[in-house]
Amino acid sequence: MTPLVDVRHLVKDFPRGSGPLGGRGTTRAVDDVSFAIDAGETFGLVGESGSGKTTTGRCLLRLVEPTSGEIHFRDMDIRALSARDLRRARRHLQIVFQDPYSSLNPRMRVGDIVEEPLVVHRIGTKADRKARVAELLRMVGLDPADATKLPEAFSGGQRQRIGLARAIALEPSFVVCDEPVSALDVSVQAQVVNLLLDLQAKLGLTYLFIAHDLRLVRQVCTRVAVMYRGRLVEIAPAATLFTSPAHDYTRALISGMPTLVPGQKLDRIPYDPQRFEKLPLREIAPGHLAAV
Amino acid sequence: MTPATEPPLLRVDRLRTVFPVAGGEAAAVDGVSFDIRRGETLGLVGESGSGKSVTALSIVRLVPPPGRIAGGRIELDGRDVLDFDARAMRDVRGRRIGFVFQEPAAALNPVFSIGSQIAETVAAHGLARGAAARARAVDLLDAVRVPDPARRAREYPHELSGGLKQRAMIALALAADPDLVIADEPTTALDATVQAEVLDLLRDLRARFHLSLLLITHDLGVVAAIADRVAVMYAGRIVESGPVDRLFASPAHPYTRGLLACIPGQQPGPRLSAIPGVVPRLGQLPRGCAFAPRCDRRFDPCAAAPPGVSSIEAGHDARCYLYGPDTDGAEHPA
Repeated sequence: MTPLVDVRHLVKDFPRGSGPLGGRGTTRAVDDVSFAIDAGETFGLVGESGSGKTTTGRCLLRLVEPTSGEIHFRDMDIRALSARDLRRARRHLQIVFQDPYSSLNPRMRVGDIVEEPLVVHRIGTKADRKARVAELLRMVGLDPADATKLPEAFSGGQRQRIGLARAIALEPSFVVCDEPVSALDVSVQAQVVNLLLDLQAKLGLTYLFIAHDLRLVRQVCTRVAVMYRGRLVEIAPAATLFTSPAHDYTRALISGMPTLVPGQKLDRIPYDPQRFEKLPLREIAPGHLAAV
Repeated sequence: MTPATEPPLLRVDRLRTVFPVAGGEAAAVDGVSFDIRRGETLGLVGESGSGKSVTALSIVRLVPPPGRIAGGRIELDGRDVLDFDARAMRDVRGRRIGFVFQEPAAALNPVFSIGSQIAETVAAHGLARGAAARARAVDLLDAVRVPDPARRAREYPHELSGGLKQRAMIALALAADPDLVIADEPTTALDATVQAEVLDLLRDLRARFHLSLLLITHDLGVVAAIADRVAVMYAGRIVESGPVDRLFASPAHPYTRGLLACIPGQQPGPRLSAIPGVVPRLGQLPRGCAFAPRCDRRFDPCAAAPPGVSSIEAGHDARCYLYGPDTDGAEHPA
């Protein structure tokens, strides 16, 4: 089966320093990253802040221009697309951001926020679009009457629902979820995660699920990739990754997962960054890749 | 063990802190009571709007105006700090009670080195001066496991990673040798591996410095790791409190049960157990139990008036009509 999204040797360099005389060299945020996501998967990407997971997600949509490498979506070569063709392709590729407070324009009414992608892609008449907005708001658990309100009237979880309604407005097949619930209250996180799962089942969505909460990743992802200092160190089915991690960094990461057993002291495995070696991923068991 | 007769280090009694809302004032903290004994860690758990952070700020009388403390007592070693003058309050803040925040940037001054900030706090509380204060700063950085503390003491906040900044802030909170440290979401902004390290550190410091700790968090995993007792807040009230092992083994309040159940990894996936609805906004509380609109166990009495405190077992209380008709408004310390 051809994967829905196929990423090969992705590299992103950012200029280092921003002084008046320009940068002094570059920092490699994403370093030779390759992975493939099958249709219908929830593919987890985990790692600590600064590991390059958010940059990777943005490169896939060319919200950040990759430095080199290949990104294929179905039969499209995303990096080769002209600006015009990229806009068209974005119908199929959407993103949900972490911060539901800064990702919605505070001066726009909720209905206009959700309608905007339909307007940009010139879909339907004004009346069609209004009906579609009402349908989208219902799908994410909001009241169509909310369309006339401003984002400030909504809680974090409700704002994330608005962001989701906007993301699915064009019936995409692939959505990058960049820490979609980490800014939300615990009791609301579960609601939004369940909504993501419901929409996935209903609309046949494929997710790249970027998160740092390993408990959540373990619960919802089919496969998981672990990122460290811009490189992938391991890719495995979720069940395998959490029970038989192969890379020392993955082991360290998993050993720090909080438990709900009072007083239990974690048997943490430290990771010494000095030991980190840039190795290519290799298949150590069927479907289990590790940079060892 | 502390004898049961010794008064608690901190006793918060029927604290009420209000903020103006359209058409009057609303209580962000509404009749909150709890004790913290010497050497004890209380986890104060709640979501946004629960009043947990306002409770913490009330204890050191730093509620941002126009908010104000409208009632109750805050006793430190039996003396009500609400009666203290400004000078006595300065001594309470820092000297008696240290603060650790979620965001180290809020506590660390970017234009002074880490070591000089800690030394300044040491000197300000008259514990040491000059070279002795600087040496104490290095000792404190060492105590919070900052590697190469003498060199790090000369560095500025921007030169430190998030985890090291958090450790520096903990060192700053300990600088005046306080009896109580209030830590407000001390690990929330940190990566998972660093989070586990900081929790280990807090646990060790508590024993080493014989600290009491008020740990404010939304994360029950953090509470399980470190608290002796837990108080769960919802919409300005403590809805359940008890020893950590009892509260995790047999949570009584439907809200506590829901919070525990929605933590991922406890049931086969991928769907999670969720609490429906949203946290009510300040000034828009329902007339009865504030949780009733989201509660799967609500019945007739819940809509009429807020429930009082019912005892589940010794030291384990809940505000819920499932456990009795106690509506007399009796306030038991948590």
